[in-house]
Amino acid sequence: MKKVKRVLGAALACVMSVTMLAGCGEGAATATTGGSGSGTFKIGAIGPLTGAAAAYGNAVVNGAQIAVDEINEAGGINGVQIEYKSEDDELNAEKSVNAYNTLKDWGMQLLVGSTTSACSIAVSEYTKEDNMFQLTPSGSAEDCVKYDNAFRVCFSDPNQGIASAQYINDHNLATKVGIIYDNSDVYSSGIYQKFVEEAEGKNFEVVSAEAYTQDNNTDFSVQLQKAKDAGADLVFLPIYYSDASLILTQANTMGYAPTFFGVDGMDGILSVENFDTALAEGVMLLTPFAADATDDLTVNFVKKYNEKYGETPNQFAADAYDAVYIIKAAIEKAGATPDMSVSDLCEALKGAMTQIETKGLTSAKMTWDASGEPNKEPKAVIIKNGAYVSAD
Amino acid sequence: MSFLTYLINGLSLGSIYAIIALGYTMVYGIAKMLNFAHGDFIMVGCYIIFSVSAALSGNSVIGIIVAVVLCTILGVTTEFVAYRPLRGAASPLAVLITAIGVSYLLENIALLIYGADIKSFSSVITWEGVSFAGGQLKIQGVTIVTILVSVVILIALQLFINKTKQGQAMLAASEDKGAAALMGINVNRTIALTFAIGSSLAAVAGALLCSAYPSLSPYTGAMPGIKAFVAAVLGGIGSIPGAMIGGMVLGIVEILSKTYISSQLSDAIVFGILVVVLLVKPTGILGRQMVEKV
Repeated sequence: MKKVKRVLGAALACVMSVTMLAGCGEGAATATTGGSGSGTFKIGAIGPLTGAAAAYGNAVVNGAQIAVDEINEAGGINGVQIEYKSEDDELNAEKSVNAYNTLKDWGMQLLVGSTTSACSIAVSEYTKEDNMFQLTPSGSAEDCVKYDNAFRVCFSDPNQGIASAQYINDHNLATKVGIIYDNSDVYSSGIYQKFVEEAEGKNFEVVSAEAYTQDNNTDFSVQLQKAKDAGADLVFLPIYYSDASLILTQANTMGYAPTFFGVDGMDGILSVENFDTALAEGVMLLTPFAADATDDLTVNFVKKYNEKYGETPNQFAADAYDAVYIIKAAIEKAGATPDMSVSDLCEALKGAMTQIETKGLTSAKMTWDASGEPNKEPKAVIIKNGAYVSAD
Repeated sequence: MSFLTYLINGLSLGSIYAIIALGYTMVYGIAKMLNFAHGDFIMVGCYIIFSVSAALSGNSVIGIIVAVVLCTILGVTTEFVAYRPLRGAASPLAVLITAIGVSYLLENIALLIYGADIKSFSSVITWEGVSFAGGQLKIQGVTIVTILVSVVILIALQLFINKTKQGQAMLAASEDKGAAALMGINVNRTIALTFAIGSSLAAVAGALLCSAYPSLSPYTGAMPGIKAFVAAVLGGIGSIPGAMIGGMVLGIVEILSKTYISSQLSDAIVFGILVVVLLVKPTGILGRQMVEKV
C-alpha cells in the first residue's frame, strides 16, 4: 500500500515536473520575491482536510494552529509574529503540489507538510527546486526526506525498528524476543531488518525470526510454535493489524501468552470487526503520542485541543504541534529574520536543524542530523481494558 | 514432541485442503471441468456462517446448516446458469474462463457487501481439545474435528458412489456421457447433483477453514482453493481417495517445510512438488492412465 502510494507519488511528480516547465518563469518569480514585507514568518501547512484521510490532515492543521497561537500569544519568534495558512490536498499528490503553489502565491516561507507520505514526496520535488524549508510532521516513507531541505518529526518506517529495539531494551521488556514479519511487504521487512541490526548488543536476544507472505497469511501456527519453543517472552510484530489480529487469536488457542509488541501498523487492532479485544489486552505498540500522558505539556495540549476542536488529539496533531515549535527553535538558533528570501531562510534553517535540541509532545528530547531523520526517545502505549494507555 | 505438534498441524491443514480438493475432483471427474470458483464458494459459506451466527447471537450450528443449504443452491444455480449452456461449446476453454469469471464475480460481490476489512471469525468448534504428556503436546479441538470430518466425508462419498444408484450414475457419466445418456441416465441432473455435493462440501470446508484460521475477507477462499486444486492434481484429479491423499501430503509438506526449511519458501516448495509429480507421474498419485481408444 505505502509502496504503491510512493511509486504513484513519484510518477505523478515526474509528470508534473514536465508540465511545470512551461509555467516555470512564473514559479521562479514568486520564489525569488520570497521575503514577506509585512515582518511576519509565513508558515503553510498541507494535508488531506477532506476525503478518506481527513482525520489525519485536520489533526495536523489543528495541531499546528494551536502551536502558532501559543507562540504568537507569547510574543512570537524573536518578537516576530507567525502568519499561518493551511491548504487541502485530498490525499492526492497532484493536489498537494497545487496546494503548495497556492501557499507559495500567498507568500509562504516555511512548509509544515505534507501530512501523508506520497504527497510529501511529490511536494518535496518542488520545495527542492525552490529551496524552501520543508518539515513533514508525519510523512514516514524513507523518500520524504531524500532532499537536504526536508526534515521530519515522526520516525521513518524502517527506523521504527531501531526505536522498538531501544524501547524493549530500555524498559527491560524481555530477555528473549521472537519476530514474525511479512517478507512480501517493504514496510514490514524494512522495520524487521533495522530491528535485528539494532538488537546487536542489547539486553535481549532475538531467538526466532520467522517470515510469512501475503499469499500465506492465514496459518501462523508454525511461526508461533517456533517462537514458543525458542522460549521467546516477547514477540515483535512489525506488521499491520489485520494479520496481527489473527496471530493473537492463534496464539491464544495454542496457549502461548508472550508480550506482543507492535509498531504504528498495529494501531487499529481494536476496531477489527468481531475481534475479541480481550485478546489484545497487554499488547504494546510504538507510538509517538499518548493523549492520556500526565506530563504538563501533553495535559495542556489535550485540554486546549479539546476546547477548540471538541475531540482528543491523535499523534498527527502532536507531530504538527511539535513541528511548529521545531521551526521556532531552528529560527532562533539561526537568528533568521522574516525579510530573508525563501532560499536564504532555508539555508539558515538547514544548518540550525542539526544543532538544535528541542522538547515536545512526541519526545522529551529531539535532535536531527543532516539526513533529515529525527533522533528521539521512543514512546509506547499498552492496551488496557480495550483502550490505548501510555506505557511509560 | 514439537515434531508431533507440527505433524498434527500439517494433518489439520491437509484435511481442510482435502475437503476442498474433494469438491474439485468430483466436479472434474464427472463434468470434466475445473470449477475455479470453488474456492470462492468456501468464502461465501464463511460469510453466511458469519452473518447468521451474528444475527442469532452466536448460534453457529444453524449458521452451518444455512450455509450448506445456500452454498448448495449457489453451486447448482452457477452450474445451471453459467456452466451448463457452455458444456457443448467448441472449446473446453470457454467454461474454464467462465469459472474464473464467476470466481471474480463472487469476490467482488462480497467486497461490495462486506467491504475489504477483515472480520474476525468466531470458531464454530468451542471444544478446547486434549493435552498429552503433561501439556507438552496439545491438540486443539478444531484440529481433531477437522481430521475426523474429512475422514467421515471420504467414507460417506465412497459409499455413496459405489453403493447407490445415483453414485453409479455419476461413475457412468464420468466414463462416457453419451453412453450413460443412452442407458437412461439423466446426465444433466447427475452433473447438477455433483455440483450440489461439491458446493455443500465447500461450506463445510469453509466452516473448518475459518475456525482454524479465524480471519475472513473476500479473498479468504482464493489461496486455499488454488492449493486444494494442487492437492487434487497431486492425488490424481478425478480420484476421490486421491484428493484425500493429495490434501494430506500437501498440508504436511507445507507445515514441515515451513518449520524445517524456511517459512517464506513453503509455497515455493509446495508448488515445486506439483511440478515434480507432474513430470514423474503426470496422472498423480492415484490417477488412472487414460488409454486413448481408437
